[in-house]
Amino acid sequence: MNTLSKKNSTPLISAKKLTCIREERLLFDELSLEISAGDIVQVEGPNGSGKTSLLRILSGLSQPYDGKIFYKNQLISRCREEFHQNLLYFGHLSGVKGEMTAEENLDFNLALHGNNTTESLAYLANVNLAGFEDSLASHLSAGQHRRIALARLYQSHAPIWILDEPFTAIDKQGVASLEQLFIAHAARGGCVILTTHQDLITIKPEQVTKITLDYSYDSAFD
Amino acid sequence: MTLKANAEQATKHSVTKHTTIKSSSTESLSAESVIMGKVSIEHISLESSTLKSTTLESHTQSSPQLSYRHAFMLVLKRDLTIAMRHKDDIINPLLFFVIVVTLFPLGIGPEAQTLSRIAPGIIWVAALLATLLSLDRLFKSDHLDGSLEQMLLSPHPIFILVLAKIFAHWLITGLPLILIAPLLAVLLHLDERSYTALLLTLLLGTPVLSLLGAVGVALTVGIKKGGVLLSLLVLPLYIPVLIFATSAIDTAALGLPYSGQLAIIAALFFGSLTLAPFAVGAALKVSTN
Repeated sequence: MNTLSKKNSTPLISAKKLTCIREERLLFDELSLEISAGDIVQVEGPNGSGKTSLLRILSGLSQPYDGKIFYKNQLISRCREEFHQNLLYFGHLSGVKGEMTAEENLDFNLALHGNNTTESLAYLANVNLAGFEDSLASHLSAGQHRRIALARLYQSHAPIWILDEPFTAIDKQGVASLEQLFIAHAARGGCVILTTHQDLITIKPEQVTKITLDYSYDSAFD
Repeated sequence: MTLKANAEQATKHSVTKHTTIKSSSTESLSAESVIMGKVSIEHISLESSTLKSTTLESHTQSSPQLSYRHAFMLVLKRDLTIAMRHKDDIINPLLFFVIVVTLFPLGIGPEAQTLSRIAPGIIWVAALLATLLSLDRLFKSDHLDGSLEQMLLSPHPIFILVLAKIFAHWLITGLPLILIAPLLAVLLHLDERSYTALLLTLLLGTPVLSLLGAVGVALTVGIKKGGVLLSLLVLPLYIPVLIFATSAIDTAALGLPYSGQLAIIAALFFGSLTLAPFAVGAALKVSTN
């Protein structure tokens, strides 16, 4: 693995003894992880096993029942601004406004996270939305909504990408180019944490670290 | 992509040049492709190094775009754009306000004396309910489509973004109410000495309604049917504004000074202006947890 050489450096994001309880069910317990620059981490597990919960906890959107999250060995609550500046979270909901055009949506999303908006047309072209810049998002399809939100990935300087089901409603070519983007991002010193139920096509298995969440009723009563 | 295309063109060019001597042409082709390969690799590594340097910059110093004013204007512009394209957000509360106020003379009778006696109360209660009706949209749609999450995860402080959203809400609902209120006051035979008081209380009071309402909306945004709970939470907080505003207008009608009531509404305004955005930010964090 190409990350071996970097293992000595401080991890970008790490978690210690995370416990998550939802609806009185224990989803995971004492989960510790360290994710360094160059890692591509895939969180696996059946529906309801806590993948989204884990990603939301890692991004700071949800609070864990127990445990702590660190950004470069600092508690994320202590360095919120710096952490958020270096984080790109992409959730189930794309955050695209139907009343705004594709370009306005992307510009807002980029500017909200402190990125430049000068080349947003080029990023829209990257996700096959050239020609749709001035269409209202409400006139576009579900996949195109996702693409508007994903166009942010092409600009982001944030090293930590947390992506919840990024391939939903994206066609095959789109998935392949996204995977290439993930590899390039990992190569330039970022890390990617994603969940997906699809098999990764172009990312080789040895490039991916897998975290398997296996919620079962037995574990709740251990 | 363009680089690759260039490389292909260059190699093609060399092929056409060296067609006469076949062996040398193939040699030059392979040599050139090797060179091209090197160039492209160098190009990629260069690109990645520049990217790295930019990430490092973003670590150490915040970009100039991360200013409070910029964030405020960004969210304000966005919310106003959405409202302009979704006009019932503006028209609905205003129409409700006008309908309620015009129905009262029809129900009570056209006696000028009765109407002018109850005019301040009617206008203020109608304004209060119109604001309450419009509150739901403040965070609901952003919560449903995920843009609220993105705002919470932005490096900007939440209170700036929240303040911008509340200001936009006031511009969309509060300001039209203030503009149309004098017209409706004529309809209700409001004492002419009260007009200034009416406008001043509305100008100071409607922002309080938006600010306090935002706290209630932020607390109930995660609940599917939070409308009733929202009214229960917010209406008690609106009562002081209502009491002092109507009292100021009544006092003005008697020709007495009403600066005391106005000062209390102003205090409510500045108090909620400084505290509500923080409360809203905390409430939104709880609601999206």
